[in-house]
Amino acid sequence: MSVFDGLRFRKVSSPIHNLDPRIKFVYVIGIFVVAILFFQIIPLLILFLMQLPFVLLARVQRQWLRSLRGASFLAIFIFVVNVGTTYFTSGYHLAAPNIENAAAMTLRFVVLVESFSVFFLTTSPDHLGLALEESHVPYEFAFAFTTAVRFVPVLAEEAQTIMDAQKARGLELEKGGLLKRIRNYVPVLIPLIVSAIRRSLELAEAMESRAWGATKKRTNLYLLKLHKGDYGLLAITIGILVIAVYIHFYVSIPTITSLL
Amino acid sequence: MIEAQDIRYAYPNKVEALKGVSIKIEDGEFLAIMGQNGAGKSTLVKHFNGLLKPSQGKVLIDGVETTKSSVAALARNVGFVFQNPDHQLFSETVEEEIAFALKNFGFKPEVIEDRVTWALNLLSLTQYRKTSPFLLSGGERKRVALASVLAWDPSTLILDEPTIGQDHEQKEKLRQFILQMQTQKKTVVTVTHDVEFVAECNPRVILMKEGKIVADGEGKEILTNPALLELSSIVLPQIAQVFTKLESLGFPKDVIDIYEAKQIILKAKERQR
Amino acid sequence: MAIIETKNLTYTYPGATKPSIVDVSIKVEKGEFVLITGPSGCGKTTLCRTFNGLVPHFYQGELKGEITVAGIDTLKHHTYEIAKHVGLVFQNPENQLFALSIEKDVAFGLENVGVPREEMRRKVDWALNQTGIYDIRERSPHEISGGQQQRVAIASVLAMEPEVIVLDEPTSFLDPLSAEKIFEVIYKLNKEQGITVILVEHRLDLTAKYTNHLIVMDEGKVRFEGDPRQILSNEETRLIGVGIPKATLLYQMLKKEGLNLPDKTPLSSEELANQLLEELKQQ
Repeated sequence: MSVFDGLRFRKVSSPIHNLDPRIKFVYVIGIFVVAILFFQIIPLLILFLMQLPFVLLARVQRQWLRSLRGASFLAIFIFVVNVGTTYFTSGYHLAAPNIENAAAMTLRFVVLVESFSVFFLTTSPDHLGLALEESHVPYEFAFAFTTAVRFVPVLAEEAQTIMDAQKARGLELEKGGLLKRIRNYVPVLIPLIVSAIRRSLELAEAMESRAWGATKKRTNLYLLKLHKGDYGLLAITIGILVIAVYIHFYVSIPTITSLL
Repeated sequence: MIEAQDIRYAYPNKVEALKGVSIKIEDGEFLAIMGQNGAGKSTLVKHFNGLLKPSQGKVLIDGVETTKSSVAALARNVGFVFQNPDHQLFSETVEEEIAFALKNFGFKPEVIEDRVTWALNLLSLTQYRKTSPFLLSGGERKRVALASVLAWDPSTLILDEPTIGQDHEQKEKLRQFILQMQTQKKTVVTVTHDVEFVAECNPRVILMKEGKIVADGEGKEILTNPALLELSSIVLPQIAQVFTKLESLGFPKDVIDIYEAKQIILKAKERQR
Repeated sequence: MAIIETKNLTYTYPGATKPSIVDVSIKVEKGEFVLITGPSGCGKTTLCRTFNGLVPHFYQGELKGEITVAGIDTLKHHTYEIAKHVGLVFQNPENQLFALSIEKDVAFGLENVGVPREEMRRKVDWALNQTGIYDIRERSPHEISGGQQQRVAIASVLAMEPEVIVLDEPTSFLDPLSAEKIFEVIYKLNKEQGITVILVEHRLDLTAKYTNHLIVMDEGKVRFEGDPRQILSNEETRLIGVGIPKATLLYQMLKKEGLNLPDKTPLSSEELANQLLEELKQQ
């Protein structure tokens, strides 16, 4: 669950939180592209280190580190697989460049995960919803997204209440073999589903009663405006992309092993 | 007997919901726990069947600490009826719903059959034995939830906000039902903010505020104490409201029963003649 | 001119064996504060939903009879058109709020209708102020109390500036103090803004004093309609299962024992107390 911990939003105000989510997303895509462009460890390391100022500015270090920890399991797996395949295919040889390669692949994965983590950690669901609304995604999707996020804590509480109610009738969720344990959850799932259906009905009634569908040209109380910081981030992203492409084509990057 | 000894409880998000609560509930008592939302009422009663275990202090049910027992074992004697019946109902028929707990507690099939029939009868649900609980009305579903808890005949009954969404008739039936439980020497604990309902039952009342008990006594005294009620955001029952305004006539202030009110007023008129 | 008028309204939910409302004919004048009550299952919830078209458009099924709301024949118009004139507030506060901040929720209806941003901002702020929740406008719905949530629901309906606001047992889930606050807000809107209010409630001890047009329903039919003082003194009303306010019951008991109280049936503890003070202060 700790990977998801790193993706959860906290209500904090920082210059990073206040950046336009669309520009932040463009930045993340930029990092994504650059990470794919390189397979050498040095540029990837630089890419990884570039995230740190954002993390620190946004004061989300603790959660970010937690998501790193969560991703570490998969990262180790990737590293081992990479080393393993080169080991077995090169006739049981374990050479330094191969290890460095495996490390680079692992780092690439980490960079991808971590850039998304920073994005989700510093973007409130409100902002995300707003960005969705202002992009040309049909309103129904943006609405479904924000409503889902809004009800996550409600559903979590309800699931707990339902479990309590059934435990109070003697249901022992932890008892029995695997099959029995799965069946134990039926008295928890059914009320949860029925409640979700009932809730949707009530929500639909409330939506209709507030003129849902009155016009295709919906307006919005909020407006996402681009500020200086956003243009700055956009410039940085373009800069990184340009430099990365140049280096990729015209500069030969040394490996660490060659430097040693 | 239910006993809480200076218990404290904090939720995982570090919010302390109970800040040193001590209480003793004797067998056969009828107790109403009142207070604002967030005062800790539901948190407290969830300790009585082990759903929650105190972070500090002890909770003893018939002398046994709840930390030494599972919820299922404690539930055998302490039945908990939750506020929303839809959080419990999941079976294909009312019959199966009522039998659910009995099966969990290991009752024999013949005994289960008898108990189900008895519970259906008690709550006038016999005609719905083979009906799907989802097809019943709100009030009927509440009765099914109640029946499914009564079926295993716990010695203590905890009712969490039983009057929400109920009309006058349904509340009256509930009141009669609680009286019936009392004649069977069951302990009844109800969490509620319905002052009129409590005024009609006049049980022992415990008032909570911000995780502490601020008052514990006879319903009559607590429900007519404006300072106390102000403290815990509850309104005076209507009869008490009337008598508060009649102070200048020398009337007592602790009146919540309508018949008592009538007698006092008529006597006063007699004395005038 | 009647703002709501129904003639022989009868409606059966699809798949139901009997109609939920039968032959309902009522008239509501502009600016009135109407109270509808009756035992569970009497049809009051269904009746509420005919006022903004949810019945029959959302629930399907056949609606017989005539109904005109703010001059509109609800059978011939979509709910989204009627919603501009009639707002509906429901029982469960949690399931009426879908946005991530309160003011966005209040703006929801206006966004749906396509109101330009500046005008929307003004109306939202006005509605927030009217319901006393301006200070919490940036919070999320999950962080606030049930009473505050209901005020948000009322504000979001109010922002559309409807002529009528219908509230279906809005305080069911609230404690008495929060309930009183809600009724005060509604009463203020009725008196100061002239909005017609239709309130469905069981708790007559808290609400009877606000109205002079009471409707009692039972088994889908309107049994009594008119002056609450008369209706609540009627033994039949009590037999239907309506919860008569204790003050009113005490008044009737005292009158029966011969106490010389005025003929005006009290609807609140204040009224009864004043009557008793008058009667008993005479030496």
